[in-house]
Amino acid sequence: MSEREAMEYDVVVVGAGPAGLAFAIRAKQIKPDLRVCVIEKASTVGAQILSGAVIEPEPLNELLPEWGKNPPPICVPAAHDEFWWLRDATRATRLPTPPQMHNRGNFIVSLGALCAWLAPQAEALGVEIYPGFAAAEPFFNADGSVGGVRIGDMGVAKDGSHKSGYTQGIDIKAPVTVLAEGCRGSLTKQLIAKFRLDANSDPQTFGIGIKELWQLPAGRAEPGKIVHSVGWPLDDCTYGGSFLYHLDKDRVAIGFVAGLDYDDPNFKPWEAFQQLKNHARIKPLLEGGTILSAGARAIVEGGYQSLPKCEMPGAILIGDCAGLVNVPKIKGTHQAMRSGMLAAEHIVATNKPEGWDAKLRASVVMKELRRVRNIRPGFRKGFVVGMLNAGWETVTAGFSPWTLRNHADYSSLLKLGTFEEPDRHWIERTLPPRDRLAGVYFASTQHDEDQPIHLKVPDTDICVGRCVTEYGNPCTRFCPAGVYEMVKDENGLRLQINAANCVHCKTCDIKDPYENINWTTPEGGSGPNYQNL
Amino acid sequence: MKILVGYKRVVDYNVRIQVKPDGSGVVSDGVKLSANPFDDIALEEALRLREKGIATEVIVATIGPADCQAHLRNGLAMGANRAIHVVTSDAIQPLTAARTLLKLIEKEQPQIVILGKQAIDDDCNQTGQMLAALWNRPQATFASKVDVTGNAVRVTREVDAGLETIEVDLPAVITTDLRLNEPRFIKLPDIMKAKSKPLETIEFAALAVESGDHLKTTNYAPPAKRSRGVMVKDAAELVAALKTKGLL
Ligand SMILES: Cc1cc2nc3c(=O)[nH]c(=O)nc-3n(C[C@H](O)[C@H](O)[C@H](O)COP(=O)(O)OP(=O)(O)OC[C@H]3O[C@@H](n4cnc5c(N)ncnc54)[C@H](O)[C@@H]3O)c2cc1C
Ligand code: SF4
Repeated sequence: MSEREAMEYDVVVVGAGPAGLAFAIRAKQIKPDLRVCVIEKASTVGAQILSGAVIEPEPLNELLPEWGKNPPPICVPAAHDEFWWLRDATRATRLPTPPQMHNRGNFIVSLGALCAWLAPQAEALGVEIYPGFAAAEPFFNADGSVGGVRIGDMGVAKDGSHKSGYTQGIDIKAPVTVLAEGCRGSLTKQLIAKFRLDANSDPQTFGIGIKELWQLPAGRAEPGKIVHSVGWPLDDCTYGGSFLYHLDKDRVAIGFVAGLDYDDPNFKPWEAFQQLKNHARIKPLLEGGTILSAGARAIVEGGYQSLPKCEMPGAILIGDCAGLVNVPKIKGTHQAMRSGMLAAEHIVATNKPEGWDAKLRASVVMKELRRVRNIRPGFRKGFVVGMLNAGWETVTAGFSPWTLRNHADYSSLLKLGTFEEPDRHWIERTLPPRDRLAGVYFASTQHDEDQPIHLKVPDTDICVGRCVTEYGNPCTRFCPAGVYEMVKDENGLRLQINAANCVHCKTCDIKDPYENINWTTPEGGSGPNYQNL
Repeated sequence: MKILVGYKRVVDYNVRIQVKPDGSGVVSDGVKLSANPFDDIALEEALRLREKGIATEVIVATIGPADCQAHLRNGLAMGANRAIHVVTSDAIQPLTAARTLLKLIEKEQPQIVILGKQAIDDDCNQTGQMLAALWNRPQATFASKVDVTGNAVRVTREVDAGLETIEVDLPAVITTDLRLNEPRFIKLPDIMKAKSKPLETIEFAALAVESGDHLKTTNYAPPAKRSRGVMVKDAAELVAALKTKGLL
């Protein structure tokens, strides 16, 4: 085999999200001759980003002070906030909006569109951005340090043989690799394990976010209105809630987040979202409208306690890879951008990863996480305790002398037969999409069917054995795209993986109770093609 | 020998096309755009002819708005030697496209012009044929195999009845069908190299092309929605349902 081609840079960034792009822009602003390249697995920048998103503009003001003169295509100033407790499918009680959820001065955007708008501004500064290429694995130097990334091969058949267009992925080498893969990055996961970056932190925890963008009949949307809800369709013991953001041009973004520390293996997050849309207060808004785009993405929730060490020989973590989301605010974009900018200052000044972890921990980013550290874990004790605890932590601004602990999400499921299934009072629903397959159509996800399955399940004996009796194959329920199916044919029961439908949310990689699913990057450019999510 | 390739930018085939609420067109902002798949096939064929030593230079040309440059850079990264961008912010129709391409032919004197059989946005399937007529040269459309021998090209065409093989004299226009070849993947280092390849921009007005845009689009509408199905329990119910619909 011929020598693998390589390209060299001063810094290689994995992921063109807000963290990676803010890093690249800041780095070039400070040091224009720094050679920076950004690798992005989506076919275009932003096509695989899914967020709310109401964003705090401060880091953007700092990064691009003139941004308001040429704003991103979707950018609606926040008008007013509402916070509702849904008691069941029809009743709702308006609660005072929690202080963290006030959004005056913030903007409703599409984070995907915002990144697509940031990318050319980075390129104008000389950043090289390569969408359509997945960083498949880290590249290690002889001394074991990270020396860059290896791009995935293109044109490999399902059985591993090379198709006619086979193109070997190249190595991108750099003294510093910046991991900005977002929540549950596949390279990040590998490196956290290799360098034991989580040795001194709690396990990371996550939620699953599912979202749709709707085009409504004219006149219904109230641009700038922001509505959050808690309660139904979740039971008391499951953390989560919904968001409903009114955009311009008669569009609304509606979404739902459920904590992946839920304990009922029969729980169906995608169905919960569909239930929510059919609530008596929400359904009339959507009825008669059409879905423009839809998808799902995990969100990192572990915060302060779960922050791993963010540096290792040759590489650093920024943004959601590190886990910087402020959960009570459900905002991570400003934290991602801020960490990217701070990291750029650090790397330009020192040209090495060492010291980044300390710098991050001493920064406002960490201060913000510390204040709210006990709110999310308080909900492990149920909704009421969680709300009371949240009130206490907010009033005391996080000065409690204790820190509640986090537990790994894969370990939270209860075994079938050991608990009473809660009645969630779910209803017959009528709004589209009918099922997950109909829903995944709106993600425009695309994978060449003739490529190796990118969802690795090393031990399928568990799937047809222990898992059937212990948890009833929860992968068939937690995946929002219906990728996992248990099918019975003449050879008996087997796991079928419809990998082409995957929307890269990473839920399976997080929630599988046996840690038996490993999400890897498919051929570059594969995956969802979101429009304005 | 020079080959000129028509390289149009269209809404990507993975995108679910949405009609604007007022019916004036389809939504294209925030939507992924990429090369017309048949044009990628056209470029691939041209590159193969160059690799075989038959062609010496491959030129990709697009007629489109100013932000088409990134699209042309992709064509250069795939392997074209240089690119020509005829800049116009208006969507042009096939006759205008053909007249514009003819101007480029007069300028570049290619021996072969390869276009897609159609662009997947308007599905006109006209530009290649019109261009051949205007240029007064032979055409070989719907090509699924191309063999250049001396001053002629033998082309296997996909026609309704099967495959038809014709031989035409060069210079000629060839339009590509789906099975002609499988376009290569773009390699990352080639994207970088493409940045320094020549890309010429010409203002559409500067070519003094007589407009052929005689068609007026009055309305766009999405296909009618299928009405909701009914689940039947058994054959008897099915028969009853068919009867009430008057189908039995
Ligand atoms: C449902 C939901 C609602 C949210 N609401 C809000 C909100 O209202 N306000 C707010 O501020 N925040 C919100 N967030 C959080 C916010 O979206 C994230 O904090 C933010 O996106 C993190 O930015 P990032 O750059 O770290 O990662 P991401 O935005 O996830 O970007 C990572 C990028 O890296 C790419 N990538 C990943 N792996 C690879 C690889 N191996 N090779 C190449 N490319 C790769 C991905 O395709 C992606 O483009 C929400 C999140 C979710 C899920
Ligand atoms: S297979 Fe995994 S990553 Fe893909 S959509 Fe399903 S849960 Fe998400």
